[in-house]
Amino acid sequence: MALERLFRRRRAQGEARDIPELWVKCPKCDAQIYKKDLETNLHVCPKCAHHLRLPADKRIEMLADAASFEQITGLKPTDPLGFVDTEPYSRRLERYKKEAGRPDAIVGGRCSIGGVESVLLVMDYAFAGGSMGSVVGEEITRGIELAAEENRAVVIVSVSGGARMQEAALSLMQMAKTTLALDRLWAKRLPYVSILTDPTTGGVTASFAALADVILAEPGALIGFAGPRVIKQTIRQDLPEGFQRSEFLLKHGMVDQVIDRRKLKETVTQILKLLHPRTVNHAR
Amino acid sequence: MPNESEKPIEELEAKIAELEGFAASSGVDLSDELQVLRERLVQLKSKTFLSRWERVQLARAPGRPTTLDVIEGIMTEFVELYGDRTFGEDPAVVGGLARFEGSSVVVVGHQKGRDTKENIRRNFAMPHPEGYRKAMRLMDLADRFGRPFIAFIDTPGAYPGISAEERGQAWVIAQSIQRMARLRVPAVAIILGEGGSGGALAIGVGNRVLILENAWYSVISPESCAAILWRDAKEAAKAAEALKLSAPDLLSLGIVDRIIPEPSGGAHRNPAATLAHIKQALAATLSELSSLSPEELFEDRYHRFRGLGRYES
Repeated sequence: MALERLFRRRRAQGEARDIPELWVKCPKCDAQIYKKDLETNLHVCPKCAHHLRLPADKRIEMLADAASFEQITGLKPTDPLGFVDTEPYSRRLERYKKEAGRPDAIVGGRCSIGGVESVLLVMDYAFAGGSMGSVVGEEITRGIELAAEENRAVVIVSVSGGARMQEAALSLMQMAKTTLALDRLWAKRLPYVSILTDPTTGGVTASFAALADVILAEPGALIGFAGPRVIKQTIRQDLPEGFQRSEFLLKHGMVDQVIDRRKLKETVTQILKLLHPRTVNHAR
Repeated sequence: MPNESEKPIEELEAKIAELEGFAASSGVDLSDELQVLRERLVQLKSKTFLSRWERVQLARAPGRPTTLDVIEGIMTEFVELYGDRTFGEDPAVVGGLARFEGSSVVVVGHQKGRDTKENIRRNFAMPHPEGYRKAMRLMDLADRFGRPFIAFIDTPGAYPGISAEERGQAWVIAQSIQRMARLRVPAVAIILGEGGSGGALAIGVGNRVLILENAWYSVISPESCAAILWRDAKEAAKAAEALKLSAPDLLSLGIVDRIIPEPSGGAHRNPAATLAHIKQALAATLSELSSLSPEELFEDRYHRFRGLGRYES
C-alpha cells in the first residue's frame, strides 16, 4: 500500500511539472514577467533590461533570416577516456542529451543573416554548461571550413564554462584545432563575428571566441579566462564590482561593443555587409 | 637497492645503453630499434610502479630540470631576451636566441624557480599576458630569420588573477596559439614538467610535441579538477587517474608524438642523463622536420592538430 502511494505521489509531481509556468521572475530586479512577454522581448527583462539566457534555438530564430537555416551539426560525443568521477561521463552524456534535446553543446548551420550568406554556430548552455569537448571543437572547425569553402561569413555565439574536463587533453586540443581553422577563413577574407554571452570562460574564450574580426558582448555577461571562484581562491581577496563583466571588458579594450540583444541582429548584419567581399561591389 | 619488480627494467636499460654505445661507436643507425625499446621501457615502468598521481609528484619534484637548466645544458651561446615591448617583463616566461647542435634557434619556455625566493619572483611559472606576448615576439623573430622555434612547457597554468584578466589573458593565449600555428619554421614543443591547460598550449602548437616520461599535460590540474567534480581538492589522485594525463596516455591519444625517457626515480635523480635524452630527442625531431619547406611546415602543423578529437557521426 505504502509503495503504491509513493508511486502515485511521484506521478502527480511529474504531471504538475508538465504544466507550463506562465510567469518568470527576473533574477536581477525580481519583477514578475509574463512568459510570453519575455519571449517576444528576446528574453530581456522589460523592466530592467537584464539579459536572461536565451535558448540556442531562439538564438537561431533571432539571428537567421526566416526559413533560411539549414542545420549542419549532429556529431555525437563518445567517452574516449572512460572518465568516471562521481558519475560516469557516459551516463552524464545521456542525461545532458535528454536535458538539451541534442547530442552535444552546439547547433549550427548555413543560413542568411540580413541577406548575407553565413554559417551560424550557436553553443548550448543546456548541454553540460556549453562545455567544449571533441564534438564542439569539430563542429566549430567544420563550420568554419564550410564557410571558407562556400564563401560564407561566420557568426559564432558563445556560451560556455570552458573546455570539457571529461575529455581532458582532447578538449584542450580543440582550442588549437578551432583556432587553426580560422586561418582558412582569413585566407579567403571572409568576415567572422564572435558574440559573447553569459557566461563565456576558459578554453572557449581563449581560442576561437577571442579571435574574431569583430567581437560583440551582451550586457552584463561574465567573460574571462579563469572563473571568478578560482581567482578568488588564488588571490584570497574579494573581486571588484563588475569584474569580468562585458562592460569591464569594453573598458579594458577586449571587445568592440557591448550590445543590447534587441539590436544584435541589426548590428551583426551591418558589420557583415560592411566586411563581406561579396557585398563590396554594392557599396556606393 | 633495486627490488624484484625493477629487475626487468634494469635489464632493458642495460640493453638500451649497450645498443646506444654500439650505435655511437659503429655509426650504424639504430634509432628506430632504440625508439621501440625506449617506449617499451616507458610502458614497463608505468606498469610496474608509477601511478599517474605519483608521476604528477615527480613532474613537480624540486631539482627537476627547468627550462633555463635545459637551455643551458643542451645549447650554447644563449642570449636571453626580455620584455613584451608593450607592457612589461614577465619572469614566468623566459626566452631568447641560442645555438643547438651548430644551428641557431629561438627558444622560449615557462620558468619555475629553483628555490622559494625565485619561485615567488617567477610567480611559480604562471604567466601573465606579458609572458605570452614575449613568446609571440620571439615567434616573430624565428619566422623573420628562418630559425627553428623550440618551446619548453612547464606551468601549472596561466595565472588566474585580476591583473591578468584585465590585460586579456584569454585573448593573448588565443593569439599565441594562432601565432605559433602560423610559423613557417620548424616548431617543437617539449613538455618538461607540468602542462597546465591553455597556459601550456599557448606555446604548445608544435609540428611535434615531445614529453618527458613523468610530465603531465591536461585541460586542468588534478587538484582543480577534483575541486570541481568531486568538490574536494584532496581527491586529486583520483582526478589524475581519470584525466589520463600521463605521457603514455597522451601518446596513445596522439596528443604527443614522442616520450623522452627519464632516469629511474625521475628526472631530478639524474639531471645530466635527462638533459642528454632531451638533447638526443630534440636533435632527432629537428632532423625529421628539416626537409620540409616553410609552407609544408605550416600545413604539417595544421593537419597534426586538425585530426585531434574523438566523436561519432
